[in-house]
Amino acid sequence: MIQMLSYPFMQHAVIAGTLIAVMSGTLGWFMVLRRQIFAGHTLSTMSFPGATAALVVGIPLAMGYYVACICAAIAIGWRAPTRHLTGPLSSARIGTIQVVGFATGFTLLGYSTHILGGLDQLLFGTFLGIDRTQLIILIAMTCVVVVIIACIGRPLVFASLDPELAEAVGLPVRALDIGFLILLGVVVAATAQITGALLVFALLVTPPAIAQRLTARPAQGMIVSAGIGVALIWLSLICAYFSVYPLGFFTTSIGFAVYVIVVVVQRSASGLRAVHV
Amino acid sequence: MAGESHHTGSPSALVRVSHGTVVRGTSTIWSDLNLEVFPGEFTAILGPNGSGKSTLLQVLLGRMPLAGGSAEVIGAAPGARRADIGYLPQHRAITAAERIRAIDIVGLGLTGARWGFRIPGTGTAEARRERAQIHEALDLVGASHYAQRAFGELSGGEQQRILIAQAIVRKPAFLLLDEPLDSLDLPTQASVVALIREVCTHQQIGVLLVAHDVNPLLTALDQVLYIANGHALQGAVDQVITSSQLSALFGMPIEVLTAADGRRVVIGTPDAPHHHGHRHSDGHGHG
Repeated sequence: MIQMLSYPFMQHAVIAGTLIAVMSGTLGWFMVLRRQIFAGHTLSTMSFPGATAALVVGIPLAMGYYVACICAAIAIGWRAPTRHLTGPLSSARIGTIQVVGFATGFTLLGYSTHILGGLDQLLFGTFLGIDRTQLIILIAMTCVVVVIIACIGRPLVFASLDPELAEAVGLPVRALDIGFLILLGVVVAATAQITGALLVFALLVTPPAIAQRLTARPAQGMIVSAGIGVALIWLSLICAYFSVYPLGFFTTSIGFAVYVIVVVVQRSASGLRAVHV
Repeated sequence: MAGESHHTGSPSALVRVSHGTVVRGTSTIWSDLNLEVFPGEFTAILGPNGSGKSTLLQVLLGRMPLAGGSAEVIGAAPGARRADIGYLPQHRAITAAERIRAIDIVGLGLTGARWGFRIPGTGTAEARRERAQIHEALDLVGASHYAQRAFGELSGGEQQRILIAQAIVRKPAFLLLDEPLDSLDLPTQASVVALIREVCTHQQIGVLLVAHDVNPLLTALDQVLYIANGHALQGAVDQVITSSQLSALFGMPIEVLTAADGRRVVIGTPDAPHHHGHRHSDGHGHG
């Protein structure tokens, strides 16, 4: 196991995985709080058209991921000042954006011949071949995301829970809405490079879902969520290193198993309490 | 008498609206509205649906301009002293906040709008003061024993108490409550009204409460502002909610029946009867 870490590619994978787990665990906590899981999922699928577009245009894949996710975040988050994001048509709009993203991705796939072999990687992820540049970008990004969340955390919790009152006390709720989605888009794009477009959710939803069951304190919830994400990615890396199955398989299965265990333990605990009372 | 007091009102009124007119698009919501609220005074804003009750709150919060007349809130233009106003909006997404502790919801009322973060180990005196303020608000509404529980697990009445604690945690001079009794059952309504009355008297906070039914409030109110048909009437309940006053206000025959216990039934208003959606009772049966 120690030997596993002597390979540079595994060192890179562990560092990158840790950073990504911290970012997606934190932002995922807000995403679950804000009930924007469908929006998050749509953002995660945007890395597919983003990557194919990047190949066709001839820019780095990662750039395609980021541009596509940020554009989609703006498209989802844009709203009239008087409307709230949770209006009846908002999920229909998000769904439409998702479909357009998929269609664009597949259409562009036709123009590009050399991506076909990599489609698996694009969808299900790879932890091999993370280079130094990617790593430096990830380190910088994690620092930026953590500082931003630390600075806007309180107002963002307020605006997420209670947009009416937050607006009444003068918080820029609209800017927070769209700013959060852009931040989420950036993190999703980064995460998708490792977990693949389809399995971003393993790190974005499962850790916060578990954390919200474990604690009702906001700051603690974010930290627990990030911690679970980190543990999850480390375990998955170990499993993936010693087996032939892809990383995403382990991340999703282990995450799901932990979630089920927490639910079952909590159910039986509250069941016991009910019997005693 | 109270209806005339805007001419000579003492300068310490928390809210003073004189001949206020609000126009939305081409239609006038109401005009020539006069209102005065003093510290420790509990005023209900009544009237049929769509008469512009919530609009008045928006004016006082500085979120909607007057087309005519003048308004002053805590001695300044509406919106200028926003930090000194506790506000409880009507329909809020927050009741769905399942997994946040009640005490954190109250905390948002104090520090929710603060940007940045406190470096661990610094500002502990301030943090302690804030914590004390939050606990004081929780004590005041009698919610301390469930403050550590998740907000979404609380009953409708308990949630309303937490939200009132959130609105008063900054020790505001003035409290605006938009339909706080909506979707609560009758015993819970009575206990929330008693709480608001207590806060109003003991903290010397001026309270403006929007309601569609005066009866749960009767024993607690100092005065009402009845808005209907684009006009408004301010005064004590037994001065304003009478057959002759309301008939004049609506411009059609209205009958007010008074029951033996003082409850009033207004008959003949053009408003459709309002059906309550019941949430939970203010039950103490939680284990």
